[in-house]
Amino acid sequence: MSPKSSLILLALSLFLVAAIILATGMGFLAIAPLEVIQVLWAKARGVGLTADLNPTFPFVIMEVRLPRILAAAIVGGGLAVAGAVFQAILLNPLADPYTLGVSSGAAFGASLALVLGILGITVPIFVSVPLFAFLGAMATLGAVFALAAPDGRLSSNTLILSGVIVAAILSAGIGFIKYLADEQVGVIIFWLMGSLVGKTWHDVALTASFVFPGLLVMLYFARDLNIMSLGGRTADTLGVDSRRVKKILLLCASLITAICVSISGIIGFVGLIVPHLLRMVLGPDNRLLIPACFFGGAILLLTADTITRAWLPTELPIGVLTSLIGGPFFCYIFRKKQLGQRV
Amino acid sequence: MNTHAAPLFVVSKGCFAYRAVNVLQDINLHLTPGQFYGLIGPNGSGKSTLLDLLTATRSLQSGQILFQERPLDGFTKKELAVRIALVPQQFAMGFDFTVADLVLMGRYPHIPRFSNPTVRDLDLVEEAMAVMQIQSLRHRLISDLSGGEKQRVVVARALAQDTEVLVLDEATANLDIHHTIEIMHVIRKLVRDQGRTVIAAIHDLNLAAAFCDQVIVLKEGRIFNTGPVAEVLTSQLIAEVFQVEAEVQAATTSLPQRIHYTLS
Repeated sequence: MSPKSSLILLALSLFLVAAIILATGMGFLAIAPLEVIQVLWAKARGVGLTADLNPTFPFVIMEVRLPRILAAAIVGGGLAVAGAVFQAILLNPLADPYTLGVSSGAAFGASLALVLGILGITVPIFVSVPLFAFLGAMATLGAVFALAAPDGRLSSNTLILSGVIVAAILSAGIGFIKYLADEQVGVIIFWLMGSLVGKTWHDVALTASFVFPGLLVMLYFARDLNIMSLGGRTADTLGVDSRRVKKILLLCASLITAICVSISGIIGFVGLIVPHLLRMVLGPDNRLLIPACFFGGAILLLTADTITRAWLPTELPIGVLTSLIGGPFFCYIFRKKQLGQRV
Repeated sequence: MNTHAAPLFVVSKGCFAYRAVNVLQDINLHLTPGQFYGLIGPNGSGKSTLLDLLTATRSLQSGQILFQERPLDGFTKKELAVRIALVPQQFAMGFDFTVADLVLMGRYPHIPRFSNPTVRDLDLVEEAMAVMQIQSLRHRLISDLSGGEKQRVVVARALAQDTEVLVLDEATANLDIHHTIEIMHVIRKLVRDQGRTVIAAIHDLNLAAAFCDQVIVLKEGRIFNTGPVAEVLTSQLIAEVFQVEAEVQAATTSLPQRIHYTLS
């Protein structure tokens, strides 16, 4: 990796750490950044606090804010790297983690879990919703792969079309479940809009256990992804088994998306905008772009979540906020591109 | 021509079908190193497919291909990538790399996954860009280039790959005559001075006659004829394979063999 790339990644990681510390201090009970560091440092060393700190700080920081903040960062980073990989594989800068219908699958699974109660089956919702969402996402991916399989090269058109078909069927299914749910439809809708309220250390660990290994696999194949942008035929003669790399990375990116969706609901635009924007700034080299996307996505979602948590008078579903900001921003980029300026 | 050298490619009884349609049938070829092979034939005669088979991006349904006296399918992709380079005709790039980045991709098979390019790698990239006269474009984005510039970048990428075999699939079809002749000269030189082998699908019979040592003629998925240009490219063959009346003028000391089509 070139010194310039290392420097960019170092700067982004420091920025993320700073954002985490600042966000931890923000909220109903304001805590100064230095005090946050003191508490974290004391916890890390396993020693008691110095007497002049408010004794409720450790609880607020460690049990309430930090899990949610870390969950936001990891989910944001995970969605952004998944988006970067989907865009690189499908050779389409407008692809996002949900392009192959993974979100519809997760939403279908989650909706199903939410109406199980109506059908008389009682499973605790905090277990069943993430589990069903994850299974739904995986089943969708399986269906999309099965539909696309006859195409020997797994071309991007075949994959996107398969994703659209499966997603359309699932949307109809979600509609039917909403109809069944009747009065409880609000719960489903709220979940679909995405939220990071009440995330625990358990959620953080679960998300991290998918996102970080997935990220390592993506980094391993990052150079192959660069070559694959030359097209499958050329990539094959440059020593890349493009079909195999495609399968591995699609699986990786979908697993990351599935775990993120099952933890936080559907959060739009992070996976589309972060890779798109960073590619404009840093260029298309995936060896730099993918790790940069992790930091960029983490910072973006953490910021958005902190805005709804600490600034807005009432907490807005985070998915609504990201789409409300992301949508117009995307129109702006699109318009600029239409006018022929380099994007 | 050294006929005693070990053969480079030996294809025996090769058959390939795509979606139950036979594209290539009963292909038998014996290619020796250090030759410039021209692959000619009408559209749809299976030229690209044959090149795909030789570069192992597709596999035969029956028959066998030996490359350097080993079964081609026994090579790993990495092993082949340092031996065979491809210049495709169609070139679309998903994302905007710079010219220098793209030419450097030709070195990737030689550079371990997480290593930086060595001085030698960068030297070969410079050399390839110099030969293709694209040094002044090095920082330009691929999407900003004209069709001819793009194609020269793609050829430079393949040259930087520094392989003993170069496969060209209509590599000059989109270029003007000046750049076409220039690229053909560069490739001719690689064969003459460095003993490399080139296998090029070419539409322009005059171009094939001027630059190739040997031609392989495909018609409807079968090999119609192979051999030295002067022997194979006759008006009778052109009539039978392309259904075009033509007059063939033998090469002289100053001019290559020429084909004049009777436009009727």
